[in-house]
Amino acid sequence: MFGYYVQLGVRSLKRNPWLTALMVMAIGFGVAASMITYSVFRAVSGNPIPEKSERLFIPQIDSWGPKYNLLGNEPPYALNYVDAMAMMRTHKAKHQTMLYPIGLSALPRGGQSIPFTVEGFTVQSDFFAMFDVPFQYGGAWPTSDDDQRAAVVVISRKLNDKLFGGENSLGREITLSGHNYRVVGITENWNPKPRFFAVWGGSSFGNPSDIYIPISRAMDLRIDTAGNNSCRGRIDYSDWDGWLQSNCVWVTPWVQLDSAAEVMQYQQFLEGYAADQQRAGRYGWAPNVRLRNVMEWLDYMQVVPKESSISLLVALGFFAICLINTIGLLLAKFLRRAGEIGVRRALGASRREIYMQYLIEAGAVGLAGGVLGLLLTALGISGVGLLFQPQIARLAHLDITLVGLTLLVSIFATMVAALYPTWRAAQVQPAWQLKSN
Amino acid sequence: MLQIKPILVALKRHKSGTILIALQIALTLAIVCNALFIIQQRVTRLQRPTGLQESDLLTIQSRFVGVTDDGVAPLVRSDVLALRQVTGVEDAYATNSYPLRGGGWSTGTRLNPDAKKPTAQTTQYFVDEHALATMGAKLIAGRNFNAGEVIVADPKSLKTPPQAIVTKALAEKLYPKEPALGKPFYLGDDKTPATIIGIVERLQVPWSGTWAENFNDNAVLLPVQLTSNFTVYMIRAKPGQLADITKSVPAALFKNNRMRVITGERGIRTFAMVREQAYKSDRGMAILMGVVCLVLLAITAAGIVGLTSFWVGQRRKQIGVRRALGATKRDILSYFLTENLLIGIVGVVIGAGLAIGMNLWLVSHFEMARLSMVYVLAGVVLLLLLGQGAVLAPAMRASRVSPIEATRSV
Repeated sequence: MFGYYVQLGVRSLKRNPWLTALMVMAIGFGVAASMITYSVFRAVSGNPIPEKSERLFIPQIDSWGPKYNLLGNEPPYALNYVDAMAMMRTHKAKHQTMLYPIGLSALPRGGQSIPFTVEGFTVQSDFFAMFDVPFQYGGAWPTSDDDQRAAVVVISRKLNDKLFGGENSLGREITLSGHNYRVVGITENWNPKPRFFAVWGGSSFGNPSDIYIPISRAMDLRIDTAGNNSCRGRIDYSDWDGWLQSNCVWVTPWVQLDSAAEVMQYQQFLEGYAADQQRAGRYGWAPNVRLRNVMEWLDYMQVVPKESSISLLVALGFFAICLINTIGLLLAKFLRRAGEIGVRRALGASRREIYMQYLIEAGAVGLAGGVLGLLLTALGISGVGLLFQPQIARLAHLDITLVGLTLLVSIFATMVAALYPTWRAAQVQPAWQLKSN
Repeated sequence: MLQIKPILVALKRHKSGTILIALQIALTLAIVCNALFIIQQRVTRLQRPTGLQESDLLTIQSRFVGVTDDGVAPLVRSDVLALRQVTGVEDAYATNSYPLRGGGWSTGTRLNPDAKKPTAQTTQYFVDEHALATMGAKLIAGRNFNAGEVIVADPKSLKTPPQAIVTKALAEKLYPKEPALGKPFYLGDDKTPATIIGIVERLQVPWSGTWAENFNDNAVLLPVQLTSNFTVYMIRAKPGQLADITKSVPAALFKNNRMRVITGERGIRTFAMVREQAYKSDRGMAILMGVVCLVLLAITAAGIVGLTSFWVGQRRKQIGVRRALGATKRDILSYFLTENLLIGIVGVVIGAGLAIGMNLWLVSHFEMARLSMVYVLAGVVLLLLLGQGAVLAPAMRASRVSPIEATRSV
């Protein structure tokens, strides 16, 4: 019967090619608009580290006070140097890292070569295990290197290709902004999207980092942050040490807390630390701390670009209108055949059969709309660069999930749209139809 | 004249079709109003002038390698002198930022150094005496800096210099009632004032985002050369030579000093590229909304044509009867037009509510501006006209139904 219904459906669709084309186009445009914008939205709103996002937290401490705090008395986005160092020393969480973005210059071998910029982060040894950084060669430096302020570096596969032609360069020295570092690890190409750990300090959708060096070493060399540095009130420092002691925040902390109990303990520790600072007279206000996990942090920082949300909403509204349009057209199409339905019913077809026949016909329209939608989506994705910054436009791509989703959504949506017209068709009274003909 | 009552009775028998058309008109109105409004806002932003003469302008960002910040001043000096010697270069200067660059400095300005709240927010451009000529900014009062006034300073311990040139917008914010020329003002938390020695007609801030909109034209030019190993060069080409110097200038810089990095998206850009990149998402959004509007209107019109055609087909017999009983072609035509108008009016009333609701939601979630009623009115008129246009063809067909139809198959 299924094959026969498909045949019937195709024949009926051929009977009014204009109406059919109209429906297919409405669904095609609607689904394509939704899928193009969804492909971007999915990329920017995804969970960058799904298996651990519940266990990674970013602690915030109120170091500015109510007078300077962000809207809603939210504490600053990052730590100042003094708090960062205190948290580093107490090492309350099992795994923790401080980090800030840096930009240094590297010089390829060969006399006449021109230096180039390498971007990366100063981190602590735990960074690599906490964020599941994949390694090609070697690994993280030992914790002792953090304490000994060792001149070691982890570089990306890309930088290794550029500097050493891709060979295993563990133990070799590289020069960054005039200082030598020993390579201890080479990461695979790794760049979580969004780059959750540096949403505030760096850029959420930036280029992959090339280098990671110990934060303690960076302090010795006085390497300035290449990211945000946010200060409040009178700016009274005039040199490096003054800056370190100032209220400027620029260091991002991350901790890994594996259980609810650990989270609770850490929360208490943060409040205790803030209370100590109040007692010591450093901060003249009550403890005001936050402990957000990865997804909470991304949400709070509004990582999803405005354009992405608005265009997804507009596209969904657009799709809804296309579907309403399809309901109307299907209604017209099905009821025009009331006589035909009456004959079938009189000859013994049950309502079920009528439902089957017309839903299959709608499904065929949905499939055709889906195929058109797929073509338009592919076309549209190559044009996303028009609307978004290149680093975000790059994220949109047509993969097998999106292809499947496009077809599925258009068939399913068309069948949902067809429910009401089909119901009306099934309600046709055979006797009436037969009488008038 | 208008046969509203029989139309309403007839519509009651076609509830679902009526509701579908009204709903479609309502949603289309809601989206089209908001989309048109977004387009208008984005286009207005796109058209804001920078205050620069944007043709023949080249920007370069360079970072010195292996030099500490205190060693940078002579290198920048030598770069600037070398740039001014390149064939095809009209003038050049070194700075921290420029309009639409995407990043720069901003601070508060005060008339009273102890005031808690700043009088106005402003951006700071650190420049020399060649800046005005290179930018093509128009000095409307006072004078330019002279070479002797340019000081060298560390960005981490910067003190306000004695002279400053401000934009007209900032001057009017600081001194709304009197001429600002020659008057002092304070930058940030500094206790020493700068004196306004010149006023330029306009200079935009480095940011194109909405957050900088309330101080879009507030800028201060200060005669300072910063000792940071990151420097921005602005270069004006002789007319028509921009393409040539885009190639020769980076080469000249590397010839002058090889130990530097000129990379990244903002490395070498003509001002046309700067503008394009700054407003990329604005333009993209406007185009997207435009396309959505057009397709949406087309689909809604097609839907109306489809459903009305169906109704006409369904009612051929009734139309035949009416014609046989003396209704003219005009009567039939106006019947369908009126029917559509009634449905359309219901649709646009709901749609206007939806449009405003949608806008309020966008305002609260995405910091958008309030929708002006003009857009709702324009949308209402547009959709009613669209409905009438779409219904015309099926209605004409209906009016051509012959009275003989009434006699058939009864």
